[in-house]
Amino acid sequence: MDNTLSNTALTEPHGPRPKRLISTRNIVLYGFLIVAALYWLLPLYVMIITSLKGLPEIRMGNVFSPPVEITFAPWAKAWDSACTGLYCEGLKVGFWNSVKILIPSTIISITIASVNGYALSFWRFKGSEIFFTILLFGAFIPYQVMLYPLVIILRELHLFSSLGGVVLIHTIFGMPILTLLFRNYFASVPEELFKAARVDGAGFWRIFLQIMLPMSLPIFVVAIILQVTGIWNDFLFGIIYAGTHNFPMTVQLNNIVNSTQGVKEYNVNMAATLLTGLLPLIVYFISGKLFVRGIAAGAVKG
Amino acid sequence: MTSVAISDLSLSFGPVEVLKSLNLEVEEGEFVVLLGPSGCGKSTLLNCIAGLLDVTAGQIFIDGKNVTWEEPKDRGIGMVFQSYALYPQMSVEKNLSFGLRVAGLPKNEIIERVSRAAEILQIEPLLKRKPGALSGGQRQRVAIGRALVRDVNVFLFDEPLSNLDAKLRTDLRVELKRLHQRLGNTMIYVTHDQIEALTLADRIAIMKDGLIQQFDSPSNIYNNPHNRFVAGFIGSPGMNFLQGALVSEAGQWFFNAEGLRVPLSDYRFVHPPQEGQAVEFGLRPEHIVVGDASTTQPVTMQVDTELVEPMGADTVLWTNVAGHALTIRTDSESNVKTGDNINIGFNTARVSIFSENGERV
Ligand SMILES: Nc1ncnc2c1ncn2[C@@H]1O[C@H](COP(=O)(O)OP(=O)(O)OP(=O)(O)O)[C@@H](O)[C@H]1O
Ligand SMILES: [Mg+2]
Repeated sequence: MDNTLSNTALTEPHGPRPKRLISTRNIVLYGFLIVAALYWLLPLYVMIITSLKGLPEIRMGNVFSPPVEITFAPWAKAWDSACTGLYCEGLKVGFWNSVKILIPSTIISITIASVNGYALSFWRFKGSEIFFTILLFGAFIPYQVMLYPLVIILRELHLFSSLGGVVLIHTIFGMPILTLLFRNYFASVPEELFKAARVDGAGFWRIFLQIMLPMSLPIFVVAIILQVTGIWNDFLFGIIYAGTHNFPMTVQLNNIVNSTQGVKEYNVNMAATLLTGLLPLIVYFISGKLFVRGIAAGAVKG
Repeated sequence: MTSVAISDLSLSFGPVEVLKSLNLEVEEGEFVVLLGPSGCGKSTLLNCIAGLLDVTAGQIFIDGKNVTWEEPKDRGIGMVFQSYALYPQMSVEKNLSFGLRVAGLPKNEIIERVSRAAEILQIEPLLKRKPGALSGGQRQRVAIGRALVRDVNVFLFDEPLSNLDAKLRTDLRVELKRLHQRLGNTMIYVTHDQIEALTLADRIAIMKDGLIQQFDSPSNIYNNPHNRFVAGFIGSPGMNFLQGALVSEAGQWFFNAEGLRVPLSDYRFVHPPQEGQAVEFGLRPEHIVVGDASTTQPVTMQVDTELVEPMGADTVLWTNVAGHALTIRTDSESNVKTGDNINIGFNTARVSIFSENGERV
């Protein structure tokens, strides 16, 4: 130790600065990070091991101990035969309902919002600023205020308690934030690019489809992530507007977990919860990087 | 024949009036440069000609046709932007051919025009690359090519060289001049750069606050500025201005300032001068002769040197004569040192005199 000290004292600093892996600062930092990670991961761990245990083992009470005998029966039951209210067909019904809600809602809302954002940043019309302000204002109105009026509107449109109705609701509620996202992204595209395309004779749709779309992949990824996770996790609109036959996965999960009949099947409940959360988790894992990049590219700049 | 005619063009952004009843006539095959300080409306004017902005009032004619309400693509113009504005996701070739594909031209015609433009601009090896993989100069060439393939009579340039470094700018400037000679198109070119303006232009339009101050040949702009603004805007270092008055004595007019009296025997008045009229006397730094040669000049005087700035090719002297600051540009051979009292001379045929309202007297 003495030796190296005197050496460094003698030789001037040169080359890359030496990095010390073990310093008090690093120990504190990583220690904190590890503790925080464990804290957040612990519930997940408990959920996973519980879902793999049989009921007798759960009753013994060792919440943190790994399963002695691994069983996938709770997962199968949660998916296929758990009782959600009157029916005992498991979560699969809800899963497919959620898919049926998710796909059209995501596609329609993003399509409309991207065209909106593009038009608002490049094809300013009289009152476009006011239109945008109103749209933004929509983002701040509490949902509760609109729930009942929308019930009436959907009823009048004969869309209440239908897939179409809940898709329409998701499209409407996604519009303000998505339009803002796309408008800000397109606002960062140099206006001269748009002008050049106009001189080249391209019109509204051609500029959008052939020039703007190819260069806005990151922001589309962001929008898809926002919508997929948002719509998948939605409970409120699903329970109000979808109707019993179209209840999304989240609503059915609630019905399974909160069912009051019989014994509480903790393992089935855990499996059902994990199943429901699987899709957003997967989305986050594969797209985390793109998401951050897209947010940085467009959403922050105003 | 007139190629581009603009009559009484006005444009407002809400309450802000950017162009004020502006008139401009550009001859066919002419290279016109719009020059003016930032924010004077040069880009706005160009965008109006291109049809990218709706005018508030007035008319625009291109090749004798009233195009005031036409779409940009129908005006027979090509435009080059400062930021290149290349389509980032398309290859150079696709960038060049985009407009032609939009217009629905036959394939072989497109290929022919693209390869011709690529040959003229020497960008053939780059055709398959994306704009992101090009240098600034190459990008600007492609942008020029995009205007070229359109086969139009009028080219509009909005500061096409100002994002490039000095060396490249000079090279491309020469290339642009060659291109103009080769194609013979009408070109309207916006720039901040006086050198670009003076070297490229057949005629320069100096703009200020949405109005054209003078539309003239480069030499007239430089030698006979019509008003004080044009005189001060062109030239570097800027023209010297001395405050004073016009007086006459025995049929001879003099410029009188504190401690200074300059006979105006060679000055050609454009308006009859008045006795005692307050004026500004403008003298270009490079029109002042220093040292022994100054004795041959009609007007001579002595000045005190306060600062010497060697600039390589020439030297700028900051001097003082009877309390008036006077900048002098002389060749770098002169051995003037700070504090020297030197002889200078000039010819009043080359000065400019402006009345209080800025007009040339
Ligand atoms: N969309 C707009 N809305 C409001 N004002 C604008 C708009 N575009 C330009 N202006 C104003 O019009 C004036 C002229 O702008 P313009 O871009 O034509 O200037 P310029 O002469 O090209 O300047 P520069 O040399 O800096 O490019 C400026 O004062 C600018 O602030
Ligand atoms: Mg400009």
